[in-house]
Formats: sequence, structure tokens, C-alpha cells
Amino acid sequence: MNRSLFIFIGVIFTVVFSLSGLVLVPDWQFSEIGQFKTEDGTLYPQPLTGPPEAGRRVYMDLGCIYCHTQQVRPEGFGADIDRGWGKRRTVMRDYMFDPINLTGTMRTGPDLANIGARQPSKTWQYLHLYNPVITSPGSIMPPHPFLFTVGAEAVAPPDAVALPKEWQTPTAKYIIPNSRGRFLVDYLMSLDKSVDLPEAE
Amino acid sequence: MASVAVPNKPEALDSQELLTRVQTDRSCRQTVLIYYTSAVFWLLLGSVLAILASLKMHIPGFLADWEWLTFGRVRPAHLNSMIYGWAVMAAIGTLLWLQARMGRVRLPLPLLLPVSGLVWNVGVAYGMVAILIGYSSSTEWLEFPVPVLGFFGFCLVLIIYATLVMMMRRKVHHTYVSQWYIYGGVLWFPFLYVSALILTQAPHINGTVRAIANWWFAHNVLGLWLTPIGLASAYYFIPKVTGRPVHSYHLSLLGFWTLALFYNWAGTHHLVGGPIPAWVITVGIVGSMMMFIPVTTVAINHHMTMLGQFSHLRTSPTLRFVVFGAMSYTLVSFHGSLAALRSFSEVAHFTHHTIAHSHLGVYCFFTMMMFGAMYYIFPRILRREWSSAPLIKIHFWTTAIGSIVYVVGLGWAGWVQGLMMNNPDIPFMDVVKYTIPWLESRSVAGTLMSVGHFVFAYLVWRMLRGDGADQQGPTLLTTARSLRKQRERKARARERAREVA
Repeated sequence: MNRSLFIFIGVIFTVVFSLSGLVLVPDWQFSEIGQFKTEDGTLYPQPLTGPPEAGRRVYMDLGCIYCHTQQVRPEGFGADIDRGWGKRRTVMRDYMFDPINLTGTMRTGPDLANIGARQPSKTWQYLHLYNPVITSPGSIMPPHPFLFTVGAEAVAPPDAVALPKEWQTPTAKYIIPNSRGRFLVDYLMSLDKSVDLPEAE
Repeated sequence: MASVAVPNKPEALDSQELLTRVQTDRSCRQTVLIYYTSAVFWLLLGSVLAILASLKMHIPGFLADWEWLTFGRVRPAHLNSMIYGWAVMAAIGTLLWLQARMGRVRLPLPLLLPVSGLVWNVGVAYGMVAILIGYSSSTEWLEFPVPVLGFFGFCLVLIIYATLVMMMRRKVHHTYVSQWYIYGGVLWFPFLYVSALILTQAPHINGTVRAIANWWFAHNVLGLWLTPIGLASAYYFIPKVTGRPVHSYHLSLLGFWTLALFYNWAGTHHLVGGPIPAWVITVGIVGSMMMFIPVTTVAINHHMTMLGQFSHLRTSPTLRFVVFGAMSYTLVSFHGSLAALRSFSEVAHFTHHTIAHSHLGVYCFFTMMMFGAMYYIFPRILRREWSSAPLIKIHFWTTAIGSIVYVVGLGWAGWVQGLMMNNPDIPFMDVVKYTIPWLESRSVAGTLMSVGHFVFAYLVWRMLRGDGADQQGPTLLTTARSLRKQRERKARARERAREVA
């Protein structure tokens, strides 16, 4: 049997068909989606700029997505809201400016869609990144010492974060985040999807 | 429609046929050798990265000071080494040889195709370094930076050209089902790669549409590229080794077209519960359910072909790996269809269950299939035999047992992990603690599989070196002693039968 042309057309058709149906149609359907005007007149969401934007690059290059999602499933589907990961489900509009998909598929660690609102302490974030078990005993998240320098001078520099007493050593009494560490925490602080949206009711 | 025949039955061999085979095998020699040996190299590197990543999951402080070896980089490096290094290169080597052999044509582009093998390696190496030093795109299955497309694109154009040329020049007019699958896979993969790269990374596209494009791609790499090549191998090697024709030609046709139609739509089930329009996910679930049709037809077809021929599993290394792969295909597809359901996904999504499922697919199905193909093809292009049957057995049992422990352990742990996560009264850290023993079992299983890979690499190295060149006949898994015993048993049975008569 010889139907090379027939197979060729069929093969191309099936894949173009699914690409159009699954990707291009939703893209077109939601191309009209715009920012939402909140009660105080500000527009949500806003594209990231400055340090948080640089921090997203750090989030990407350290592969945070392999253990953390950034999406909240709706009430009654899983326990995302009950666990306090968000007040509402996340919707397409939340991600309209994202230049890359960071919604994630794995929850070895908790969801981070609203981490900026859930854990607003920068000190906590720095200590946690430096060595996660300092703030979260039992955590299997890898330590990120390469985002910090350590010091033990009697007078700590102004941007230093003191280590808790039991974690101090003669050579490490405080940690100083480097620029990548600061950017990453600025990015985490920016993650807040708590604005009420009509479509997420 | 012509009735389906095994491409060349042993009794039909004449000297002309043998000469053609030798010539086509020789024409494939350089190209397939480059793709195959590179694939084995990336398999070993991927295994080392896998063990590192696995250990880091339950010993978080392990090598933590080195940024380039942090978990979030080692894990995608493992995936990409295995997919673009091992799986894709093994697939290209296999499909080129199969196309040449089935069409009775020489491999075209005798200079450019071997060069493409080298170029592909440069592309993978470039991408791997980029991930490890922090230039990953952070898009699952598409982590390599955009310029890698230049390397891959060059090779894929040549592969498409070679496949089409072999299709047109073929001396056997009838197209066998394996050729359909190869034809499909070779056209699908470049299309998927280019369009997904654009849609996930070009500006001015909604972030969630990127997510859909991402999973449309990642799912289809398995379904429309690795699966067709894996099934093409199964459809070729099972009849070939057992000497029986494929059970039903019409079933294989139905299987091909339903796969083409439905697999395409299944990818969005990876986003159940996500910030995606509900209808997109529903379509994904329907597509996944419809996959029961192609999978069932393929399963029936392979099983009916194997019926009464299972004794060959004792002796043929190729068949052992291929049948293991074919059975895993049925299993992973049925499981995948069920996993797409909302109620199943509510628990299993975001857990290690998914990781177990993907290894059932890429490892137990595809990788085992490629081992089987390599056991068949290496001796033919190099015209020498495998040097050690016991080492082949070690390779089979370490990878088979290792992968089963991996999939069952992590599959179970992931399910419980999902149930615990959906109960808000259980603290998150308790969920983490529950998984740790299972993550340790994964490290043991992964080590076992890696031992098998190193044994296989050693066998390949011995073959390249020329051990086994003087051996007569194929390397079968039964030893001379067991064959003698088998003969004695049969003789005794005959004697008894005569006495009774």
C-alpha cells in the first residue's frame, strides 16, 4: 500500500488541528483580557520591573519551579485555599504579563502564588534561603549558601542578617545576601495574587 | 490492500536479498554508530545526574555549596540529557536503520548524516552547560536556550529529508506499519519543537497560554515522537524475532490514526485545576480518554502476535527488552488516561505520582524498547556479536527490577502524598516527612538502573573494540549448558512417548 501523500497530509493536519484548538484559540479568546481596575483605582496586574524582574530570572535559573507551583486551585478542588496558599483561585488574568510560564507542576514544597503576602518578613526569607532548616525544621529544600557571604565582625554591616544564636559559628555570625539573593527575595515579595477579581469568585 | 507480511521471512532469503541487507546495513554504519554511541554517552551522564538529584532530595545538604549542582539545575539537566541526548539520539539511529532496512534502500547523505550526529551532540552539550550555569528557560522539557534550535534544526531538516528520500526510493512498494509511525514521528517532532519554542518564549502571549503550549509540547514529545518510534520498533522487532506476521493489519492502521488524532489533544490534562479555561482542560481529558482506542488496538495486536511465542523471551535479548517495553506502553497509557480524570488529578497532580508515571513512559516503555533495538541493530551494522550473554542478563534484570521498584514505590508514595496534601489538617511538613523513605527507595532503584546502564555501555564498548567478532551465530541468553539440558529433556520425553506407544 502506498499512500505517502495521504499520510503526509493526515500527519500535518492532526498536529496543526490540535495546536489551533488548544493553544491558538485560547490565545485569541483571551487576547481581549485587560487589567482590572481595583476599588482604589489601581490597575491589576502590573508587569514586573526592576529588582523583582531581575529576581524572576534568578528564580528561573535556580530551577525553583521543579518543587514549587505558583497557582491556587479552586475551592473544593484540593486543599489549596484551606492550607492558606491563597484567598481565591488564580485565573488567567493573574498571569497576563508573565514572559514565561512559572505555574509549575510539582509541590515538593508549598505553593508560592501568594508568598509575598503569606510570609512578608525579608529576614525570614533570607534565613530560609541560606539554610531552610533554620526556619523550617525538617525541610528538604536545598540550602543556597551561594546567594550569601558570611561574616563574624563585631559590628555587622547594615545589610547583614543575624543568624539565630544556635546557628552561629566562630566564622559565621551573620549573612549578607549578594545581589542575586536580594533580587530573588524582592521577587518573592512581589508574589501576591490576593486582589479580588470578578472571574475568580 | 496487500496482506501484511513480516518484512522478510527467514525462509525467503536468497543471496540477492542477503546482499541488499548487507549493503543497507553498511550504508547505515557510520551514522547509526554516531547516534547510538552518543546516546549511550548521554544515558550515562543522565544517570549520574539522576542519582545526584535523587540523593539531594533526601540529603538536602549534599554538595549544596556548588551553585551549578543545586537541585534545581541538576534535575532539568538530567531530564534534558535523557530526552535530547539519550532518547532522541537513540530514536534517530533506530528510525534511520529501520527505514533503510524496511525500504531496502541505502541511507542517503553519507557525509551529512554523520555530521548531523556530531552537530546534535554540540547542541545538547551547549544546552546542558547553559542549564548548569544558569541560563535555563525554566520551561519544562524546553529548558535549552533558544540558540540550540539552530543545531537541532540543521539535523532535523536532514533527518526529514533522509526519511522522505528513503520513503520515495524504497524498493518494497508496500509500506509497513512501522514506516507509518516513523514518517509521522519525523514530521511531528520538528513542528512541535519550533511552535512550542515560539509560543512559550515569544513576547506578548498570555502567561497561561504559555502553560498550555508548554504541556501541549511536553506531552506530545512523548506521544507523537517517542511513542511512534517506540511502536515502530515494537511492530518491527516482535514479528521479526518471533518469525510471525503482525496479527492484524487493520488494527494497526486504526491504532495509528487514532493515536494521531487523539494524542495531540491530551496534553492539557497536566493543567487540571490550573488557571486555564475549563473547556481547554475538558478537551484534554476527552483526548486522554479516547487514547484507550489506539492503546487497546496496539496491545491486542502485539499480544496476539506474541501468543505462543513467549518462549523466545528466554533466548532473545532484543525480544525481552521489546516485550517489556510493549507491556509498559499498555500500562503507562491506561494509567495516563485514568490520571487525566479530574478526580484522579485532584490527588495525583503536583506529587511524585506524576514522576513515577513519566518514568513508566520514558523509561519502562521507550528506553527499554531502544535497548532492544540496539541489541538487534549494533551486531548488524558492525557485523559482529555481543561478547557476553551473562552481562546482557545483568543489564536486563537491573534495569527491569530497578524501574519497577522506582515506579511502584514512587507511584504509591505520590498517591498518599496527594491524599495527605488535600487534607488541610495535616501539616505540610508531615507530608514532606512521609515521602522521605520513598525518596530513598528511589535512590536505590535509580542506582540499580544506572548499574545496568554502565554494564550496557561496557558491552557496547567491547563491541566497538571487536570482542565477539569471531563468534558464530547470534548471542542468545541461554548458555550452551542449558541448551544441552533442553535437548536431553526432549530426548527423554521422546523415549518415554515411544515406551508408552
